[in-house]
Amino acid sequence: MNKIISYEQAIDKIEDGMTIMIGGFLGVGNPHGLIDALVNKGTKDLTIIANDTAFPQIGLGKLIVNKQVKKVITSHIGTNKETGRQMSEGETEVILVPQGTLAEQVRAGGSGLGGFLTPTGVGTIVEEGKQKITIESKEYLLELPLKADVALLGGSTVDKKGNTFYNKTTQNFNPLMAMAAEIVIVEAENIVEIGEIDPHLVMTPGEVVDYIVEGVK
Amino acid sequence: MNSKEFIARRIAKELKDGSIVNLGIGLPTMVANYVPEDIQVTFQSENGFLGLGPAPEEGKEDKDLTNAGSQPVTMLNGGCYFDSSTSFSIIRGGHVDMTVLGALQVDMHGNLANWMIPNKLIPGMGGAMDLVTGAKKVIVATEHCTKKGGSKILKECVYPLTGAKVVDIIVTELAYMTVTNEGLVLEEIAPGVTIEEVVSKTDAELIIPEDVKIMNVE
Repeated sequence: MNKIISYEQAIDKIEDGMTIMIGGFLGVGNPHGLIDALVNKGTKDLTIIANDTAFPQIGLGKLIVNKQVKKVITSHIGTNKETGRQMSEGETEVILVPQGTLAEQVRAGGSGLGGFLTPTGVGTIVEEGKQKITIESKEYLLELPLKADVALLGGSTVDKKGNTFYNKTTQNFNPLMAMAAEIVIVEAENIVEIGEIDPHLVMTPGEVVDYIVEGVK
Repeated sequence: MNSKEFIARRIAKELKDGSIVNLGIGLPTMVANYVPEDIQVTFQSENGFLGLGPAPEEGKEDKDLTNAGSQPVTMLNGGCYFDSSTSFSIIRGGHVDMTVLGALQVDMHGNLANWMIPNKLIPGMGGAMDLVTGAKKVIVATEHCTKKGGSKILKECVYPLTGAKVVDIIVTELAYMTVTNEGLVLEEIAPGVTIEEVVSKTDAELIIPEDVKIMNVE
């Protein structure tokens, strides 16, 4: 089965109103070509789940600037002033989540877990509306899993089956999101033949990758 | 020496040989410049690695290797990369010995506020809430007063908290203070500064021992 498709074919899988996970950390590990293609198509009312909203001109921040996003679930918006402006003026709903909690929510979503208990956020506004559970006299918040319709990932080396290696700090949320979406699309910086990646170095099993696009050099 | 360098140099003296340390963005990052020569510290970066090294030489930046502030960095020999879930297992799981974070406000109960000013500035908490929850020792690095001159060391934080009762040590350009069960203790003052000056610039109540020491950054 050929998983390699064009940017147009990839972006056509995203419909208005869908929930999209985007891998990356302040642009590093973002699937830049897929983001640009999504900006060009103008798909709107998206819910974005990502570590941060990057920068106005770099990475997934462009989707915010282009007003394609209805809601963002993220840990940090400080590097993209447009996200803050849209949040203050009520144009975009922004849900701020502690970074470790966000990572674990995505992991739980992709791992078949119904949630998890974390001490992070106890005694802060993060605990509002959440169930508190005491285990061995320590308080925890019950945090629920996150899932998405589509995950857009930035892979470094990807074989034609979808086995993915993420170089250095491009890894971040990418392998977690690969497990948590219905449709998983990896933008590959380099596409190689099946078998060329040492199996020990595969961070996302090819079986969970639905489509591959060739990265813009 | 400016006040930020002074603060960073004093905090560097808290570093222990063999420890794992996470430094926040901005002033806390400067602590890495003053690690004592006779000890080895491993810096953790929450975007996914242990063994954070200094900035690369110009022209040798690697687009795939940045710190949690997206600045190009290097990795030291023996470092390792991981995903965000493992990164926060390290942080929340008690594997980080010490974290240094900035503050908008910090109070005498050890409460820290550093992620939002309501209706004004809302950058988000990033990894700070997990760090104050999981790190064994939490040090706040901050200038003593705001630009308008108001104390940042308060009786009670007003801004939304990053963590409740999480801070162990507060270091400013004027003082080194520890949060104890009895209250906030003025352990050291900066050279040339009087106890009265520190007290007048501190909103929190300070416990003042008989032997307040002078901060040593040499």
